[in-house]
Amino acid sequence: MDIHRHLDDELSSLRDRVLLLGGEAEQALERAMYSLSERDSDVAKEVLDHDDRVDSLEVEIDRQCIDIIALRQPAARDLRFVISVAKMAPVLERIADHACNIARAAIDLNNEPELNSVLDLNRMAEHALKMLRASLDAFTSSDAAMAREIIKSDTEINDLYNHTFHRLIELMVSEPATATRDARLLFVAKHLERIGDYVTDICELTVYMAEAQFIKHTN
Amino acid sequence: MPVQTAPPKIEVRPSEVSPATKQVKVSVRDLDFFYGRVQALHNISIDIPERIVMAFIGPSGCGKSTFLRTLNRMNDVIPATRVGGEVQIDGHDIYSPGTDVVELRRKVGMVFQKSNPFPKSIFDNVAYGLRINKLTDSNSELTGRVEQALKDAALWEEVKDRLKQSALSLSGGQQQRLCIARALAIRPEVLLMDEPASALDPIATSKIEELIFDLKAQYTIVIVTHNMQQAARVSDTTAFFLLGKLIEVNTTEKMFTAPNEKLTEDYITGRFG
Repeated sequence: MDIHRHLDDELSSLRDRVLLLGGEAEQALERAMYSLSERDSDVAKEVLDHDDRVDSLEVEIDRQCIDIIALRQPAARDLRFVISVAKMAPVLERIADHACNIARAAIDLNNEPELNSVLDLNRMAEHALKMLRASLDAFTSSDAAMAREIIKSDTEINDLYNHTFHRLIELMVSEPATATRDARLLFVAKHLERIGDYVTDICELTVYMAEAQFIKHTN
Repeated sequence: MPVQTAPPKIEVRPSEVSPATKQVKVSVRDLDFFYGRVQALHNISIDIPERIVMAFIGPSGCGKSTFLRTLNRMNDVIPATRVGGEVQIDGHDIYSPGTDVVELRRKVGMVFQKSNPFPKSIFDNVAYGLRINKLTDSNSELTGRVEQALKDAALWEEVKDRLKQSALSLSGGQQQRLCIARALAIRPEVLLMDEPASALDPIATSKIEELIFDLKAQYTIVIVTHNMQQAARVSDTTAFFLLGKLIEVNTTEKMFTAPNEKLTEDYITGRFG
């Protein structure tokens, strides 16, 4: 039974590490949005500096997944768990990359006069963060029903994005002097919308892990 | 513990095992088996479609080898054993009175865990069954059948220049393929393999597995293996046995990624017991 306990320890360590990566992505997004809304470029720079840690965590998880597959040959739920984690890690890393892009936009925008549209972006970010946290909870508890609910809630981010998109286009037309800043904010909105899509990917992987159901591309 | 009482439904991968084209070759219903007073198999019901590879897995003593041997009545030679239920091959109950057991074993060949070549030449080993069953009319036919069996067992190229040498001069992997050639020579329809590669190195194992893959085009193959990766590699469907009971039959793909039964899941993931 020692071998099985060893596998359990490795799977547990893998779970801890992916949750750590999830926490890093969550924190990066939270801080990037803080730097944008509070116009604090120092915080944005910290987000960028911290991204190496996120990248190295992703690589560690990759290696750990490959080692487990090669050396332990997991099957059934263990296999589904390892495959889900292997696919989830790059998704979380990309969420952190989007947070970095938001931080870069914040550094640029913080040197310019403030625009009111930031408020809508905060709503989007709050929803994206809520979805991300919930998706990590659903993964931890292997809760497919919860994961499905989170997927449904992505429409809310999409709606907010569409609203923000139109509002920013209107601003560009009505106040051409703000067009550069509006365009940067449009990119921020797009990053947040993409994060919603990535959280959906995480939830689809959780459903696969829990129920062995492929729900990707079924809608 | 859940026990199969009705024939388990075998889910099939359409590309590999089409129910429309695959007839049931072996049909087992309510099979019980006893060693004296000890019941080794409990109420087993299963259908094995033709020309697929079905793997039997399960812990030691779970009854998978015993069940394999009921399919060609190899257990008959063990004293004080008793069988209940029905095993049909091509619709014929092999335990019905009047069954010709020699003919049954011609139709349902067997390869054992340990290669067991006769202390004879390579040629004579393969020709043995043909000769004692008088299955050929001439020496040229005999030679042709031996050559074909050795080719089918992927051994011909390695032994064609030394057919008169002792079979015992072959390596372990070659001896096992020789035993497969010996079984194939009499043209069985079902091939039972009881851990055929458990004593072989990875290269010899790989050759046996490739051979099994090739042979399923012509034969129905049932393999008992302790090696779950081997079951995953070679079989189309897998049956899991535990304490003499059939717990689950499923496509191998489903069995190793998302089995239906918790007991199967626990066994496959090594969390059994």
